[in-house]
Amino acid sequence: MVVPSNNWEPTIVGFLCNWCAYQGADLAGTSRMTYAPNVRIVRVMCTGRIDPTFVLKAFQSGADGVIVAGCHPGDCHYSEGNYKTIRRVTLLRKLLSQMGIDPERFRLEWVSAGEGAKWAQIADEMSAAIKAKGPLAWWETLKEA
Amino acid sequence: MAESKNDVRIGVYVCHCGSNIAGTVDVDDLTSFAQQQGSVAVARNYKFMCSEPGQALIKKDIEELGLNRVVVASCSPRMHEPTFRRVCEDANLNPYQLDMCNIREQCSWVHKSGATGKAKALVSAAISRAYYLQPLERREVLVTPAVLVVGGGIAGIQAALKVAEAGHKVYLVEREPSIGGHMIQLDKTFPTLDCSACILTPKMAAVKAHPDIELMTYSEVVDVQGYVGNFRVTIRRKPRYVDESLCTGCGICQEKCPWKADSEFDCGLGQRKAIYTPFPQAVPNVPVIDPEHCVYIQKEGKCGACLKFCERGAIDFTQKEKMVDVEVGAIIVATGYDLMDPSAISRLGYKRFPNVITSMEFERLCNATGPTGGHITIDGKEPKSVAIIHCVGSRDEKYHTYCSRVCCMYALKFAHLIGEKIEGAQVYQFYIDMRCYGKGFEEFYQRASSEAVNFVRGRPAQVTDFAMTPEEKGKLVVVCENTLVGRPVRVPVDMVILCPAMEPRADAKEVARRFNLSQSADGFLLEKHAKLDPVATANDGVFIVGCVQGPKDIPDTVAQGLAGAAEALALIEKGRVELEAATAFVNEAACSGCKICVSLCPYSAITFSETEKLSHINEALCKGCGVCVAACPAGAIVGRHFTDQQILAEVAALLVDTRPATVAV
Amino acid sequence: MSYVYYPGCSLTGTARECEESIQSVMRFLGVKWTELEDWNCCGAAVATGVSYLLSLALPARNLALSEKTEADLVTGCSRCYLNLIRAQHYIQHNANLKRDVNAVLAEAGIQYAGTARLRHLLDVIINDVGLDTVAEKVTQPLSGLQVAAYYGCCQGMWTYAQFDSTEDPTCFDRLLAALGAEVVYYPLKQACCGGTLSMSKRAVGAPLIGDLLLAAIAVEADCIVTACPLCTFNLNSFQNEAGRAKGTKFNMPVLFVTQLMGLAFGLPPKTLGLHRNVVPPDPVYRKIAAGAAASSAEAVASGTK
Repeated sequence: MVVPSNNWEPTIVGFLCNWCAYQGADLAGTSRMTYAPNVRIVRVMCTGRIDPTFVLKAFQSGADGVIVAGCHPGDCHYSEGNYKTIRRVTLLRKLLSQMGIDPERFRLEWVSAGEGAKWAQIADEMSAAIKAKGPLAWWETLKEA
Repeated sequence: MAESKNDVRIGVYVCHCGSNIAGTVDVDDLTSFAQQQGSVAVARNYKFMCSEPGQALIKKDIEELGLNRVVVASCSPRMHEPTFRRVCEDANLNPYQLDMCNIREQCSWVHKSGATGKAKALVSAAISRAYYLQPLERREVLVTPAVLVVGGGIAGIQAALKVAEAGHKVYLVEREPSIGGHMIQLDKTFPTLDCSACILTPKMAAVKAHPDIELMTYSEVVDVQGYVGNFRVTIRRKPRYVDESLCTGCGICQEKCPWKADSEFDCGLGQRKAIYTPFPQAVPNVPVIDPEHCVYIQKEGKCGACLKFCERGAIDFTQKEKMVDVEVGAIIVATGYDLMDPSAISRLGYKRFPNVITSMEFERLCNATGPTGGHITIDGKEPKSVAIIHCVGSRDEKYHTYCSRVCCMYALKFAHLIGEKIEGAQVYQFYIDMRCYGKGFEEFYQRASSEAVNFVRGRPAQVTDFAMTPEEKGKLVVVCENTLVGRPVRVPVDMVILCPAMEPRADAKEVARRFNLSQSADGFLLEKHAKLDPVATANDGVFIVGCVQGPKDIPDTVAQGLAGAAEALALIEKGRVELEAATAFVNEAACSGCKICVSLCPYSAITFSETEKLSHINEALCKGCGVCVAACPAGAIVGRHFTDQQILAEVAALLVDTRPATVAV
Repeated sequence: MSYVYYPGCSLTGTARECEESIQSVMRFLGVKWTELEDWNCCGAAVATGVSYLLSLALPARNLALSEKTEADLVTGCSRCYLNLIRAQHYIQHNANLKRDVNAVLAEAGIQYAGTARLRHLLDVIINDVGLDTVAEKVTQPLSGLQVAAYYGCCQGMWTYAQFDSTEDPTCFDRLLAALGAEVVYYPLKQACCGGTLSMSKRAVGAPLIGDLLLAAIAVEADCIVTACPLCTFNLNSFQNEAGRAKGTKFNMPVLFVTQLMGLAFGLPPKTLGLHRNVVPPDPVYRKIAAGAAASSAEAVASGTK
């Protein structure tokens, strides 16, 4: 059990699709919005590219939370990629709890290219929520297993 | 190409971007951190990496230090990835061996503290991914030298004319029976007070006459397939019930038709027939029959007056809708705007009081071709006093926060026209600010101020017919606070003109989807970059021009129409377009023939060979979305430039600082 | 849904008749509530002139008291409601204010957490009880009675934003329609009655009241119905002064919303405080009776009775 120090900050990995969510996060930047620095972004072309192993890798490597953010359903740049993501995520959530990861540490969000404010809000909310939960330190769980 | 570990030589370049990054991120610390990472041959930082000297720095290192990977930590890849890819190419390094790290839009600009730490993690991740990047082959296809223009308002008309002028084929598709858009509804245009029809109808005629422009009115785009340079578009041609090739535009059918309906062109203030051209100067000058009001259609064969009187036999009730396919290299979307319906703001009395009208309705009253022949009257009565209320639904938290740009100017125009047509008329402008920013606009404002126009700075609370003094009897009263004087005023007037917000069209969302475009937060279509790329979109080859992109006046709309034409022509003149290099391919040795991938591809790029029992990806069709890559249970599909190996390495390196050094991942 | 009721000073004082009708009608509708224990004055329009902090602490204390009950806090006085919701809003959005107000409340051994749920009487009637239930309970439909629904002004900004529209509120109209009344278009429905100016600066207040009465007459209303005890008080009590200001004589019945509701429910006028109304509501009774007789006759004529 890793006991966090008083100023422990969670680290969250965000998998963002190039066309909507990543652009939305860029917009938050050009609009100079301020939000928590806890989310580190990995760019993919489409959330449909996201293999569940990426999410597990993130937790295994030390992430306390993971966000997948893509285009709103119906607006996918590649037509239907985000629908596949929905299906995979549904299964992934079940898998996560079976692996000892609180499924609330994983979020699926829809952020359009114009929703910079929404991205900033998600980053802030997720950071606060994960901070309240404490560190995951999944490598400890794996060691015990 | 197998490289040994020693062969990978990464150059890392941290950009200060002036103080944009350096102001929040310790760039020196970041650079020395990068230098210490594995396989990094050199790490530098510079004030502006994208500038000439910055680019030269990278090129020199590639040549002299034998770099075979480049990592640039700077702004968003959406900004300068093409720039730095070109730098690599110039130095004979494959452009796909560049990885960019966003430490500006997603780091220095948004974090007041913790930016340097995050930047280190991001750079670490980019370096790890770069290690596994492979050179990719770039392929080109030819561009179909034709352009589709969607929307026949001034933006679309201008774009079409310019492309055709360059000698290329244009398909101009317009939903209404005639081109002209909203501009042809206007009376005079600011700031020169040109008659709108006088300046627009020659352009409309030029469109009709041009041999390279195929005009399809009363038609809509229903499907778009393909990609930049090679679009296949399906257009639905709605049945006019009039044969365009036979009709001479004599107009006798409209004269003889006994059935009337509200004229959409006149905003419902006047009537038209069931067989109609929306206005006399319609292009094409061929009427359409409105099936809802045509008795022949509604009552199966009754009436038929038009059939009887048409000397050319052009009426054809057997017409059905037709689907037409066209192939084009570029698409220009110019579908325009709608005016907000101000009935939502009920306290202003629109629809409750007949004397409260919108600006477009006023344009129709003022226009000589309008329902009142150009006389400003309601129920036959001429107003002696008129109130013009600005910002109805614009600059309003409850409706639209944006400014609609054109209203201040046309409100001044109205004041002038009213003064001209009605002697002794008093005009009151209820405004928040007077926005007269364009060429000749301020002068127009000064001129209007010297005429009999009263300016009241305030947002009216109410338009009421309840009279509280004898002067108010029989009038509409605008209740407002004059904020410059600090007192409430009640202004009795005979007519109120509302300046409603310019809104995206009601079907903007569908249009966005059809052309694979995004909408901005305000609902208008999203441009690639607000300042530097205002008509391009995220969908290469599709351009947005005019008010579909946001409220603007005629000069700006025309400029954008021309810009869209330039973009399309650049594409056509180049003649070739590069295909996406980061496509997927099937590792045949690993493919087990399960066929899961085949149905997943939205572009039908995957086919299954029954003889070989293998899936195969057509790289000309593949867009690199990666859905099949993630789905393959055998991991047999490789997504170039976003391989599992690259992404997993990126993720592991991203989190190195979160776990104890002893934990291996 | 449990409620705790905050009457405030006016309703238990000069606006007794409104309070009586509120209690009778809510009891009739089966709404159970207890009175907020140890409530204090909300500060009305006066507290802000003394101290900004006081004007927030006074309503905050009532909010804090309601938090302890965990029930919805309902008030029938629009000024109380306005003060409470403003306090709630400002304290929620300003951490410094919250700290300062709680420092004041701490002296009284109480703290405001920010979880209080504030409801307006109209909101509870229309949205919790529901207009269908109200319509069902009507035994004496107000057919033929032409009512001007007066929403009032200071309420508008905050009150109707919660459960109606601030630009063009219609909740009151819908409630009156459920009672069977004919709601007339009232152009001054959100115009100010002058508030306390009727007493402190009569020269300003009286004409404002006069305008409201003139407007009601112009649209041929039989009565004005209000949702605010101060409006009721103003419109009722200063008809002579208003008449002098406007050069006419007024005799317009003005009822509080629950008074009219009670009449439609067939409750005895005395239980609705109607005997206390300054302008006797007799014309209203007559119109209601006439309306009842007319619809009865109609039913006989058409054979439905």
